[in-house]
Amino acid sequence: MTAFYFEWSFLPKLAQGLVLTVEITAACIAFGFVLGVLLALGRVYGRKLISLPCSIYIHFFRGTPLLTQLFIVYFGLPNWGIHLSAFTSGILALGLNTAAYQAEYFRGAIQAVKGGQMLAARSLGMSRIQAIRYVILPQAFRIVIPSWSNELILMLKYSSIVFSISLLDLMGMGKRIAARHFNYFEVFIVVALFYLVLVFVLSQSLRWLERRVRVPGLGAPGLR
Amino acid sequence: MNALLVVEDVHKRYGKEEVLKGVSFQLEKGETKVIIGPSGTGKSTLLRCINRLTEPDRGRVWLDGVEVTSPKTNINSIRAQIGFVFQDFNLFTHLTALENVRLGPMRVLGMKKTDATELAREELARVGLADKANAYPAELSGGQQQRVSIARALAMNPKLILFDEPTSALDPELIGEVLEVMIQLAKEGMTMVVVTHEMGFARSVADEIIFMEKGVIVEQGPPAQLFSSPKHPRTAEFLRKITELYGGEG
Amino acid sequence: MEFFRQLWEVGTYLPMLLRASTVNLELLGALLVIGFLMGTLVALLQVYGGRLLGTVAYVYEWVFRSVPALVLLFLFYFGPSEFGWYISPFLAASLALGLRSSAYQSQIFRGAIQAIPTGQMLAARALGMSRVRAILHVILPQAFRLAIPGWSNEFSSVVKDTTLAYVVSLNEIMRYAKIIMDRRYELAMASFIMVALVFLFFTYSGNWLLGQMERRFRIPGLQMPGASSTVL
Repeated sequence: MTAFYFEWSFLPKLAQGLVLTVEITAACIAFGFVLGVLLALGRVYGRKLISLPCSIYIHFFRGTPLLTQLFIVYFGLPNWGIHLSAFTSGILALGLNTAAYQAEYFRGAIQAVKGGQMLAARSLGMSRIQAIRYVILPQAFRIVIPSWSNELILMLKYSSIVFSISLLDLMGMGKRIAARHFNYFEVFIVVALFYLVLVFVLSQSLRWLERRVRVPGLGAPGLR
Repeated sequence: MNALLVVEDVHKRYGKEEVLKGVSFQLEKGETKVIIGPSGTGKSTLLRCINRLTEPDRGRVWLDGVEVTSPKTNINSIRAQIGFVFQDFNLFTHLTALENVRLGPMRVLGMKKTDATELAREELARVGLADKANAYPAELSGGQQQRVSIARALAMNPKLILFDEPTSALDPELIGEVLEVMIQLAKEGMTMVVVTHEMGFARSVADEIIFMEKGVIVEQGPPAQLFSSPKHPRTAEFLRKITELYGGEG
Repeated sequence: MEFFRQLWEVGTYLPMLLRASTVNLELLGALLVIGFLMGTLVALLQVYGGRLLGTVAYVYEWVFRSVPALVLLFLFYFGPSEFGWYISPFLAASLALGLRSSAYQSQIFRGAIQAIPTGQMLAARALGMSRVRAILHVILPQAFRLAIPGWSNEFSSVVKDTTLAYVVSLNEIMRYAKIIMDRRYELAMASFIMVALVFLFFTYSGNWLLGQMERRFRIPGLQMPGASSTVL
């Protein structure tokens, strides 16, 4: 039985990694949000010329592993002359991935908004774009919150994958410390605890957000 | 053409079924026309063709001399001049009553927020709901929601308002408050086309009643004439059935 | 384009890639079985277990859903060696991913069990069945059918997660693709695209298979509340 080895000095380094994890998660979620909304709008309102590429994109990024997508961006793109840093590659790959999932959630939410809402908006003389912007999307965003929150938490956990391209996020930092001192078990128990706290804080915040923007009468279909 | 609204030979087909088989009528400013007839005869479809929420297959519509059905027309600016009240109200679920009413003026008519808000308050007061300005649709009764929806249409200062069975989705005791608002509007000189089953309303408010069946206008005329001495046997039959169901005076 | 020539070249490696992918499939099978057995147990404990066992079950679920898969993989692979035990990458990955899946599956099963009307259990007990018998013969058969759609979702996401075992040196498809890349750097994009295509195939055939299963096991009237009855 080897002795339990953990130094308090490890904690600030892990905290550094945690900061990078949060940064990467925030960046990829933001990217995925914008792209996801566009893809969803393309699928719901676009003509075949637009909705088909959107579908193909979504099917590809939902049907293939995240690790593969990450390696395609980081190791594959250089084959095509595109050299991105590990940081950019990580955010790009994660962002492209989450965009596909978010697009599906947004699509479901947009379609859950009753058809009469669009009719009413148009009857006032709003253009399609105005109707989408002032009537459809505000409702869709409220409906999507539970699934979206789920995706956000998922992305926080999956962001750990960037350690495989040598980024020093929480996971990467943990590996570096553990590899140096051969105490994988101790270090990663602490890393696990860090993630537990992160996930807890995040899910509580999202629950608060949901309550804050709640409107009587508007919720995900089937929600209690 | 001096008439405010001209509908000419409108046809609409859904799949194999032709729902509108060539409907024409005209509307002067200040007139109230009520369209009655059995369910499914295309009455609602006709209304939606007027502001092209449903595209007619054939036929033309003019609003104040401008051809609505022309591909060159900016349909959004036409729709801003025509108010539409839906059977299902279709209030914007994510907005309060006040926000519902001021959205059109703000975003379509380009009014400033303060002006639009004041206008919205006026219209809500006009339909008797000044105190419900901050309520969400889900917190309002059906009759209240429909009145907000009328206020929403009024806030756009429309040239005419189309009512698509405005009381059909309401519980009986809530119908009165909506009809009251509509009667008041008619008295104030609003140009209206109303599709409804409320015979009492039709009789007392309409300048002319149009009876439609199976996609065509069977008969039209002033209420007194239509109710007491209808020219067409089918009109008579329908009116008889309807008064049996709904009661004489409505 | 140059790319299609590269794709063609990688095609020569395809048999080896597919052989490596069987490791992914084996891992998939192992982790699903572990996930299924543990998931059912945890769900049953949560619903029928009483305060102590129920709480333990809920905590278990919370932990395994909140800790990232990669962290679990490291703990299960590197942990035992610190205590002097050797564990193969395959076993470590099966346990790590399997227990993690059990947490998600338990949520699905719990939802399904709770969707069954309480009258079912009452009727079973009224016949004289013990609690265990009732669960075995009345509750679970219905719960598993109700769970199929949710379980299919879990299946789809877990298929792709098998590639995560890459980080504990399992000789699965991603590791093999990386080896191709190390050997022939210019084939990197092509080989990873090839892996992606293999997984697209897995994902779609898996979904198709599960769709067939759902059809076969469908019972009229037995549905999750809120589910539509239209046949897709």
